[in-house]
Amino acid sequence: MSLRNCRNVKVLEVSPVGQSKTAGGFFELRLENPDWDGWKPGQFVMIRPASWELDMLWARPFSISSGDKASVSLLIQAVGRGTRRIAELRPGDTVAMWGPLGNSFAVEPDTPTLLLAGGIGIAPFRGYVEQHPHPENLALFLAHRLPLDCYPYELLSKTVSSRCMLEAKPSDLNCIIDTMRELIREYADKGGLVLSCGPTPFMRTVQRFAAEFGARAQVSLENRMACGVGACLGCVTKDGEGHHVQVCTRGPVFWADKVEL
Amino acid sequence: MDMQVNFGGLFLKNPVMTASGTFGFGLEFAPYGDLKRLGGIVAKGLSLKPREGNPMPRIAETPCGMLNAIGIQNPGVEHFVTKALPALPWKDVAVVANLYACDAEEFGELAGVLAGEEGVAALEVNVSCPNVKEGGIAFGQDPAQIGRVTEAVKKRAGNKHVMVKLSPNVTDIAVCARAAAEGGADSLSLINTLSGMAVDIRNRKPRIANVIAGLSGPAIKPVALRCVHQAVRAVDIPVVGIGGIASAEDALEFLLVGAQAVQVGTANFLRPDFAFGLADEMAALLETIGAASLDEFRGSLQLPL
Ligand SMILES: Cc1cc2nc3c(=O)[nH]c(=O)nc-3n(C[C@H](O)[C@H](O)[C@H](O)COP(=O)(O)OP(=O)(O)OC[C@H]3O[C@@H](n4cnc5c(N)ncnc54)[C@H](O)[C@@H]3O)c2cc1C
Ligand SMILES: Cc1cc2nc3c(=O)[nH]c(=O)nc-3n(C[C@H](O)[C@H](O)[C@H](O)COP(=O)(O)O)c2cc1C
Ligand code: FES
Repeated sequence: MSLRNCRNVKVLEVSPVGQSKTAGGFFELRLENPDWDGWKPGQFVMIRPASWELDMLWARPFSISSGDKASVSLLIQAVGRGTRRIAELRPGDTVAMWGPLGNSFAVEPDTPTLLLAGGIGIAPFRGYVEQHPHPENLALFLAHRLPLDCYPYELLSKTVSSRCMLEAKPSDLNCIIDTMRELIREYADKGGLVLSCGPTPFMRTVQRFAAEFGARAQVSLENRMACGVGACLGCVTKDGEGHHVQVCTRGPVFWADKVEL
Repeated sequence: MDMQVNFGGLFLKNPVMTASGTFGFGLEFAPYGDLKRLGGIVAKGLSLKPREGNPMPRIAETPCGMLNAIGIQNPGVEHFVTKALPALPWKDVAVVANLYACDAEEFGELAGVLAGEEGVAALEVNVSCPNVKEGGIAFGQDPAQIGRVTEAVKKRAGNKHVMVKLSPNVTDIAVCARAAAEGGADSLSLINTLSGMAVDIRNRKPRIANVIAGLSGPAIKPVALRCVHQAVRAVDIPVVGIGGIASAEDALEFLLVGAQAVQVGTANFLRPDFAFGLADEMAALLETIGAASLDEFRGSLQLPL
């Protein structure tokens, strides 16, 4: 089992993602030596910069995007107070980090696997692709709102067959939904696996089509978290039986037919 | 420095306990530190039957604090006794059960279930349920009912230490403290969360599904200190301080006003290893500031004449 201790780690690098230097608030945060036995794609860490003092109390959860014994990388979109202040971290700053937390995406090496990413939901798939024994069985679809070069898309499209669609105006959304529907139907027909990560409406769409076509699909949830360790019961969602379960410990990855969104 | 505390038959190897609802059943935090380093663990609130709790969203971050309306989600007291308690190091750390019920009889019944459990060092009575029978006002806001509930628990608690946890959402905390003491409480713990609310002007909705929620964290420390100060002067039984403790200095402030021990809540979310080192830090800080002992320091607040 992996160590899950809480450590003070140093920031190694904060760099914009993609080629766009004007990136819409997307950046990679690289932290030093996490001292883990290992981690699985879909798992996440909680991080809290020391500089927050008592200003903001909660740590923030981020998917582990990449990493080894020497460092761990997170791909982050600055959407609010916490993530904006994380973007301001500099090499040498101290961050409290605990993890790896939660469960992970299913890996079935010989099954055709579709990765559906909504925006920054692409973050865990970088690790998924890197660790997969047969990346030739993987395909990626990214639905995005900001220019493509804000996302680590190119990193992945070099290894796996990829497709992306921009949502610039409301009518684009219909095209994206139609495409997702076709893709999910295709993977259901060939007995494939559908893995998805993105905002809740995106997950709902995946869930709906997975149910319609009987696809085996997993969704990764991004509920608001306080502790990350299963103690506060703030992050719960309803499981297939209508019971509240902690997303941080029982998820973040759920089979689409076993969770209420 | 010797950090042991002993009050009302409850022994703690140091004055740091973890507050109910913020530390799970304790085991969630085992990967982050040695549970035996704590003075006590107050388990998450227990009811007779399992409860699903309130709908989502249930938590919101606020300046220097947070709001929660978890609604005492818990698997029920039987589950605690059979599954969680045996796995806890109760021989080395005081395990306190936190009780939640909606009338005095039910509180008594809960106490009865736990009275014979060797691993339970004390019962903490959470009196914040709105009392349906009496028209919705929380037990915690009605001194007469605090007294009645305390008596009911004490009657069924065998020889267990009974700690009554008071709400700050009252006009006069001293009156509530006295009511619990007269009902037979062995100690008091305070404060529970302050009633609060947060809204979102963009979607024009409350940030918590339950609308009204409980405020905790450093933002409430001044209120908590004031309540502890008033309670300590109102009763002869020991008082445990809770509310916004996020450093050794904060914890010592509560001891200075007269608390026997403290409970750490929201700070467990700052980082999961927070509570483990706190007692050592308190001891070091006591030495730094030149206190001769914990007992000499406790309650030594110098008030203006
Ligand atoms: C398991 C998990 C993995 C995650 N992985 C990543 C990741 O790899 N990269 C990444 O950029 N983000 C990820 N997130 C989301 C990230 O945690 C939030 O964006 C972050 O907590 C927002 O903090 P803030 O202080 O900037 O936002 P706040 O100031 O608190 O809120 C600003 C806005 O962000 C939205 N927001 C707040 N919290 C969340 C949340 N948990 N999920 C989605 N939206 C939120 C709010 O609705 C609000 O509109 C993940 C979340 C979870 C639970
Ligand atoms: C998420 C959460 C859940 C809580 N659940 C309980 C509970 O079940 N029973 C109880 O008596 N108090 C409960 N409390 C109150 C705390 O035990 C404590 O009294 C309060 O948070 C103030 O302390 P703090 O500022 O250190 O957090 C809860 C608090 C939080 C934040
Ligand atoms: S974040 Fe606290 S239980 Fe999941």
